[in-house]
Amino acid sequence: MSGHSSYVPKTGIERWLDARLPIVRLAHDSAVSYPVPRNLNYLWTFGGILVFMLVAQIVTGIILVMHYTPHATMAFNSVEHIMRDVNYGWLLRYLHANGASMFFIAVYVHIFRGIYYGSYKAPREVLWILGVVIFLLMMATAFMGYVLPWGQMSFWGATVITNLFSALPVIGETIVTYLWGGYSVDNPTLNRFFSLHYLLPFMIFGVVVLHVWALHHVGQNNPTGVEVKNVEKDTVPFTPYATIKDLFGMVVFMIVFGWFVFYQPNFMGHADNYIPANPAATPAHIVPEWYFLPFYAILRAIPDKLGGVLAMGSAIVVLAFLPWIDTSKVRSMNYRPIARQLFWAWLVVCIGLGYLGAMPAEGGYVVASQIFTVLYFGFFVALFVVGLFERPKALPTSIADSVLASAKGGSAARLATATAAEPNVKG
Amino acid sequence: MAHATDTSTGTTRRDFMLLATGAAGAVAAGSIVVPLISQLAPDAQTVAAGAPIDVDLAPVAEGQAIKLFWRGKLIFVRHRTKKEIDEAKAVDIATLRDPQTDEQRTKAGHEQYLIVYGNCTHLGCVPLGNAPGDPKGDYDGWFCPCHGSHYDSSGRIRKGPAPLNLPVPPYAFTADTKIKIG
Amino acid sequence: MSRTPFRLALTGLAAGLSLAMSQPAARAAEGGVKPPALNWSFSGPLGKFDRAQLQRGFKVFKEVCSSCHGASLIAFRNLSEPGGPEFTPGQVAALAATYQIKDGPNDQGEMFERPGRPADRFPSPFPNEQAARAAQGGAYPPDFSVLAKARTYVRGFPAFVFDIFTQYQEQGPDYIHALMVGYKDPPAGFPALLPGQNYNEYMPGHLIAMPKPLSDGQVEYPKGPDGKAQVPETVDQYARDVAAFMVWMAEPHLEQRKRIALWFMPFLVILAFLLYFSKKKIWSRMPDGSPAH
Repeated sequence: MSGHSSYVPKTGIERWLDARLPIVRLAHDSAVSYPVPRNLNYLWTFGGILVFMLVAQIVTGIILVMHYTPHATMAFNSVEHIMRDVNYGWLLRYLHANGASMFFIAVYVHIFRGIYYGSYKAPREVLWILGVVIFLLMMATAFMGYVLPWGQMSFWGATVITNLFSALPVIGETIVTYLWGGYSVDNPTLNRFFSLHYLLPFMIFGVVVLHVWALHHVGQNNPTGVEVKNVEKDTVPFTPYATIKDLFGMVVFMIVFGWFVFYQPNFMGHADNYIPANPAATPAHIVPEWYFLPFYAILRAIPDKLGGVLAMGSAIVVLAFLPWIDTSKVRSMNYRPIARQLFWAWLVVCIGLGYLGAMPAEGGYVVASQIFTVLYFGFFVALFVVGLFERPKALPTSIADSVLASAKGGSAARLATATAAEPNVKG
Repeated sequence: MAHATDTSTGTTRRDFMLLATGAAGAVAAGSIVVPLISQLAPDAQTVAAGAPIDVDLAPVAEGQAIKLFWRGKLIFVRHRTKKEIDEAKAVDIATLRDPQTDEQRTKAGHEQYLIVYGNCTHLGCVPLGNAPGDPKGDYDGWFCPCHGSHYDSSGRIRKGPAPLNLPVPPYAFTADTKIKIG
Repeated sequence: MSRTPFRLALTGLAAGLSLAMSQPAARAAEGGVKPPALNWSFSGPLGKFDRAQLQRGFKVFKEVCSSCHGASLIAFRNLSEPGGPEFTPGQVAALAATYQIKDGPNDQGEMFERPGRPADRFPSPFPNEQAARAAQGGAYPPDFSVLAKARTYVRGFPAFVFDIFTQYQEQGPDYIHALMVGYKDPPAGFPALLPGQNYNEYMPGHLIAMPKPLSDGQVEYPKGPDGKAQVPETVDQYARDVAAFMVWMAEPHLEQRKRIALWFMPFLVILAFLLYFSKKKIWSRMPDGSPAH
């Protein structure tokens, strides 16, 4: 996609700047004339939504820091000071807290979309791995951010999660002590988490730049998984076509976001976090934020400390290897009858794991978690095996053809056109 | 819309739609900016803590000066001597950089008390002149050590880079030696 | 390839999931009694506090609860701010002056007490948690400032999903009200109560250190023009009023939040419609001017 630049500086000043720092050319090439496959559906607006959420979190976060005090004896009250005394402080804090959840909703849609349409396959492996890195950084950032209000869930979440590292043999205990800066979670822990919570979003921003760079270098995938062949016929310029569509997607997303912020601001939080941290009493039922629940369920499914930590870690890391786990040459699961069913089953498994993560670790829930953990990893094995023998449906010859076919109406028409054409599979 | 070819009557309708969308988007962006800016203003606790304060001047002996704070701002309270009052009143205000009479800067009947903000009007340093051994400048008032401004015994600027007199905070006498600042 | 194994797997998954999800309801039933959901004036998108109720709730708090429970994040001035009980500033200044607030140090380096000002925060009944526990036989009466948001009960599936749409979020006040009216004699077979233990139907585990705090007629409510109290002076009414007051303490900007949403949310919907039709217009023609089906 990194073809010839179509930017033509019009005025003398633009020509002068372009010869010295082609920043306007860069913006033009990546956000105006950049060719976008014309058949993208609304799932593709989530990339733009994620950029919006990242910026929103950074802006509200920087403002909250102006009023927050990172100290074990003052943090809780300073958050309440924001909620009570700061002008619109309640709005900014609810935006930031719910924004974290909305960020994860968007990133999960984005990830599942990538998996369904095979967006991790060559030549997009690096793009995909950068995405997994962003996901990991997001999890670290969200976790440390949740510690900052210094409520009961903050404190005990920090205690439980940092203790994961104690599972490592030999060095585990030392690592945990170094994470805490003491012999328990206390003020030094809060201070370093605050520092890192401020730093990591900017690292995310940096990796996002790489992610977008890789994306613009290889070009976007699309629902057919067929590469762009003819830029004229298969693509539209980013502006205004993708811009307006992304904006529409963003505003619809903001309506959902606003619903939570204005009407259900504490729905995705825990009541226990409105109790100041108390090292002498653990809440009866401690669970992480909802977006960690599937991984938490996997952690608890393994009845061994180190084993549980390793299983949880692999559940995330395995995503990075998807480009090589999936053996099929066809990208989009629209054309993979077996893999598609595997995908939907796996989605149910992930939601089920999330539900189990919120339930107490006892009786039937543990057994269910173990079954679902096996199914979670089983998906990757199945994907490897299925790719070896699955017979994909015929692919459209080009993006333009698929658009024309679906416009003619009905899936019958699409199938007819598709089968008439030679199956086109790109590696 | 560089790529759009305007061929039909759809043009005007489309332009109107885009215009309306753009306007609504601008309103949305603007309304999001409001809380981002207004959070910078003093918060409710700070405003409430800035309520008027009562000060008892009786412990301030003649020739003494004290410092106190209201709304986080430094205030000088000076119990002036007869000599200092006379000097302050004797000045021809036409010669002053910031012309104000001593009467405008004190309360009638309580001329012995001079109450001014304690930050130099140049760049905000605290002038010397309250403690017994301090330099009081050339005019028996205050001397700012940062950039050499001289204030007289009425807190008026007489020499140096500062442009204005030391401002008088809002206050009123509630009894003979009691004031309410704010 | 036969699709049957996958269909089977899907069905199995769905069955397993629904089985797992049907369990919490059973658990909740055995673990504790769910508080009844009451009607609150501040629920829903148009919700507002009932000023008279907040003022009554404050009276209950001041005369009964505040002898053991603090509200350390609340300033007297909050009582006259918009969206709350809205006492007049004069009433608040007079109220604040009846409290002695520790201040200092003065010029002699000593701490001293002075009458309260509207900017002061509510003095807590105990100087610290240890003192509270020492005075209360080991139990710690929690601070009220955010307690209405810190108390909840398990909603279970699918109720918690519906809550997103119904905007039900009054678990806190429902629980607090239920706790106030939930003092009962222990049922037959319940282990004998030790000194300092009380039985409460809604307390998790049913044992609560706080003795029954409210009784009918304990707090005198303002009289109407006919000389009678306008609401019943009963435990149920006291509990409702103080729970509403606690919601306001925990969420003092609730009214401002819902007022902003009232125009901002419809505005976003309109913007979404405008963007949708703009998008349709733009996508109706391809860059080369050809119609885009």
